[in-house]
Amino acid sequence: MFRIETKISTKSQDFLDNDDANRKQHAEFKERLDKVKLGGPEKSRQRHLDRKKLLPRDRLAGLLDKNTPFLELSPLAAYDMYDNNAPAAGMITGIGSVHGREVMVVVNDATVKGGTYYPMTILKHARAQAIAETNKLPCVYLVDSGGIFLPLQQGTFPDKDHFGRIFYNQARMSAKGIAQVSVVMGSCTAGGAYLPAMSDETIQVRKQGTIFIGGPPLVKAATGEVVSAEDLGGADVHCRTSGVSDHYAQNDAHALQMARNVIENLKPADKHELERSAPEDPYYDPEELYGVVSNDIRKPFDVREVIARIADGSRFHEFKELYGTTLVTGFARIMGYPVGIIGNNGVLFSESSLKGAHFIELCTQRKIPLIFLQNIAGFIVGRQYESGGIARDGAKMVHAVANADVPKFTVVVGGSYGAGNYAMCGRGYFPRLMWMWPNSKICVMGGEQAADVLATVKVRQLEKEGKKLTEDEVDEIRQPVIDKYESESTPYHSGARLWDDGMIGMTDTRQALALGISASLNAAIPDQKYGIFRM
Amino acid sequence: MTGCDTMQDKLFNKILVANRSEIAIRVMNACKVLGIPSVAVYSEADKNSKHRQFADEAVFIGPPAPGESYLSVDKIIAAAKETGADAIHPGYGFLAENPDFPGKCETEGITFIGPTSDAMKLMGNKVASRVAMVEAGVPLIPGMTSSATDIIVFRKAADEAGFPVMIKAAAGGGGKGMRIVHEASELDDAIEAAQREAKNAFGDDTVYLEKYIDNPRHVEFQVIADKHGDCVHLFERECSIQRRHQKIIEETPSVAVDEDLRARMGADAVKVAKAADYTSAGTVEFLLDTEGKYYFLEMNTRIQVEHPITEMVTGTDLVVEQIRVAAGQPLSKGIRDANQRGHAIECRLYAEDGDNNFMPSTGTVYHYSEPTGPGVRVDSGVKQGVEITIDYDPIMAKLIVHAPDRESAIVKMIDALHHYKILGVKTSKRFMVDVLNHPEFHAGRTYTNFIENNMSDRNNGQNDFKELAAAVASVAAQARPSAAVHTGGGGKEAIPSPWQLLGQWQIGDSIHG
Repeated sequence: MFRIETKISTKSQDFLDNDDANRKQHAEFKERLDKVKLGGPEKSRQRHLDRKKLLPRDRLAGLLDKNTPFLELSPLAAYDMYDNNAPAAGMITGIGSVHGREVMVVVNDATVKGGTYYPMTILKHARAQAIAETNKLPCVYLVDSGGIFLPLQQGTFPDKDHFGRIFYNQARMSAKGIAQVSVVMGSCTAGGAYLPAMSDETIQVRKQGTIFIGGPPLVKAATGEVVSAEDLGGADVHCRTSGVSDHYAQNDAHALQMARNVIENLKPADKHELERSAPEDPYYDPEELYGVVSNDIRKPFDVREVIARIADGSRFHEFKELYGTTLVTGFARIMGYPVGIIGNNGVLFSESSLKGAHFIELCTQRKIPLIFLQNIAGFIVGRQYESGGIARDGAKMVHAVANADVPKFTVVVGGSYGAGNYAMCGRGYFPRLMWMWPNSKICVMGGEQAADVLATVKVRQLEKEGKKLTEDEVDEIRQPVIDKYESESTPYHSGARLWDDGMIGMTDTRQALALGISASLNAAIPDQKYGIFRM
Repeated sequence: MTGCDTMQDKLFNKILVANRSEIAIRVMNACKVLGIPSVAVYSEADKNSKHRQFADEAVFIGPPAPGESYLSVDKIIAAAKETGADAIHPGYGFLAENPDFPGKCETEGITFIGPTSDAMKLMGNKVASRVAMVEAGVPLIPGMTSSATDIIVFRKAADEAGFPVMIKAAAGGGGKGMRIVHEASELDDAIEAAQREAKNAFGDDTVYLEKYIDNPRHVEFQVIADKHGDCVHLFERECSIQRRHQKIIEETPSVAVDEDLRARMGADAVKVAKAADYTSAGTVEFLLDTEGKYYFLEMNTRIQVEHPITEMVTGTDLVVEQIRVAAGQPLSKGIRDANQRGHAIECRLYAEDGDNNFMPSTGTVYHYSEPTGPGVRVDSGVKQGVEITIDYDPIMAKLIVHAPDRESAIVKMIDALHHYKILGVKTSKRFMVDVLNHPEFHAGRTYTNFIENNMSDRNNGQNDFKELAAAVASVAAQARPSAAVHTGGGGKEAIPSPWQLLGQWQIGDSIHG
């Protein structure tokens, strides 16, 4: 494969400006991330430690193979929501390695409101399970939660994607042979009791973990019986008498070692064997991404410059370089794994859509994972293009993306607007993982355009009534729309609501993709199958 | 973090191991025994190395060239600061005997696990250490301390040293200008001849004289000292089997050392260490002649490659003791009361062709399996799938056996070597089996010239195995990588998975502010 030749000077003013702005944005991201990683308030953490319990991130470290990475999901879930009382939505989720086996880990953080489930916590838990199910990853739940966060019951309990869904997922995954392992390290009350009870194997820590359908206060209210939490649902009860738990652990460290033993004894993973070559670092320093990527969403940049700083050896076998040039397609390798990369260099025209559909077919037939680098304002509009059938050609690409069953990964590297989001494998098109860069934006359309549309509608409406608006009055309609769109299109806003799997730094991209691809190979890649492409 | 809590207070919070391969892993194992987390450092060439994955944490320190990674004091110290390591163990080689390093560590508030700069400096300086040893009353090879031209000086020196003596060129090397003189009457002619030869060879006719030692053995003593003035020796190691001054087989005890000699040499070894105000583990090297006379050569101010044989016969852990001593603890009871039990042998497995003059060998380790069993120990820095390059010292692993007596240790070592399977790079395994099988080795006539005297007409049997080797090589070449190696991530891949390559990476870690 040929190496991409950069056309960018790292001394140019553009480069330096971008570098400065992007680094600042990344520093802010890192700072927020580091803060959230601490968990709940200092006091709660100290209380947790006083009880001889390990903090969630230390539990995680004890579970995973040492000196191995952890691909965390949505670390900034619930960011700027619930008065910022639920950092990371009170839960850590992600993919890690246990005895060399890729597993999905879900860790309650009891230092955040007792580990209770906010609406976003449920989404986060369920999203982790969905990833586990799609990629066939065994699940380990480190449980320490008081159940639903009662003040917000209406967003957490009754609907199909609410709390009950978690246990449904466990049952369905267990049926598919995807191991479900619980480690009870704190309370599992009421509905929460089903988490260990629905697992294939359960470990419980003595004098610390409890499981019951109704806690001591409820029992007293219902029957008048006075009983301690330990006598009602402690490890001694459940390991010796009830059989709800299987393994009796002395403390957190012991329990985590036992969980490792459980994983060690699973049936080995039958990984899809993707032909692999030796990993090679990109020829161009990934750190140059800060200068290459325009920090102003309206200013275009060549996505090849991004590929050159992500792909092995900066090598890229470009497909249809001269045709439909607003879409860049081609083959590359990420840490040795073969991938097809689709990136945007402008809006989608008929030609670029057809090229995209063609390229996706190449990848699905060869069973090569697809990477979408989204920076898309949408499809081209106008009479000429509508009469040329842009809707039909765009549909071809959307159809191909929807039916592509190879592992798909989406990174929003710039804007993600309108139907462009669909064609470029937005969340609705089931990418195995989807990340946003700190500079990116995601919205149905740009704030300015939305404001124009809404203002135009309003002006026409008033014209019918015979009224005419002054420029100031039009601005009064426009500005709130622009402001609202601005604040709602940030990656923090999106990530907080689990519309993606979280933000990653530009320089994290290669690592995140490689780990994601490796994990995705736990599930077989099926033969390609498409519906009707409208011709 | 896995396993149960440690019982004792930690000596250090975290130890950075400023080395690679087998010795790095050896040191990390000692950390594990003490419940101290360890930090590895690794260069570009060691991304997929065993030592990187073995540590609790790993820090990348730069390009393969040692000067830009393992030898870079600044990078090593920065790595320690970054990870919060409060002590550094240098292993052997690289920074282990750099007298500037302990001082730099101290300035940064990091404990250097090893001797002081002063002790290193003294022992690194041949002249100064010679003077110190004379003062301490340790025997040196008798001879002239400087060169001379006056024949009278030579005659006097020869009489004092006793015949035979050796005349050496000051600028010398390669045997040029060297003369062995057996009696006084030959001396004058020999000096003249040596001067002539030296002049022709080096353009400098300066020569000097020292006692000639016929059939010497290399016998060294392990010493260890704490920071409270206590110092003991842990007996000898004989390392006479050398090729090009590189030890390849070591054993303990030495057949040439009896109780009385051991006591005297050991006492002198302790004298050497005390003369240098030595702390930590070190090795005092002597030459031993056929009459039981011994002479101080030098002191190595580090843990030695061959330390495991001492550990096997004494039941001690020298690296653990180094760490304890560095933390200011007195020598442990186990070390003070140690005695020798049985016989231990070590063979060094180098990536080099034992059948072709020990030419360096490189390549990928296609298959790797170690021998096991009672009294068999392997200190290894390699695993299946790693690439052996020319960037570093070619030592891949050390095989150590322990048995009740020398003869059974030899048998056990030969058996273990047969069960040591390394495919993909050449090793000196067969060569070592032939040494161990040699009647002279069995007879204990192990002198430093053993290899040139006994192994030069060795039939390496290459032809007998040519066909088999070709078959094995073709299988290895054709085997799909996927069939060769089990790696992490649950897959079967020769190429390490990102889970092995990325260390403790998490989202945000690669962000550079």
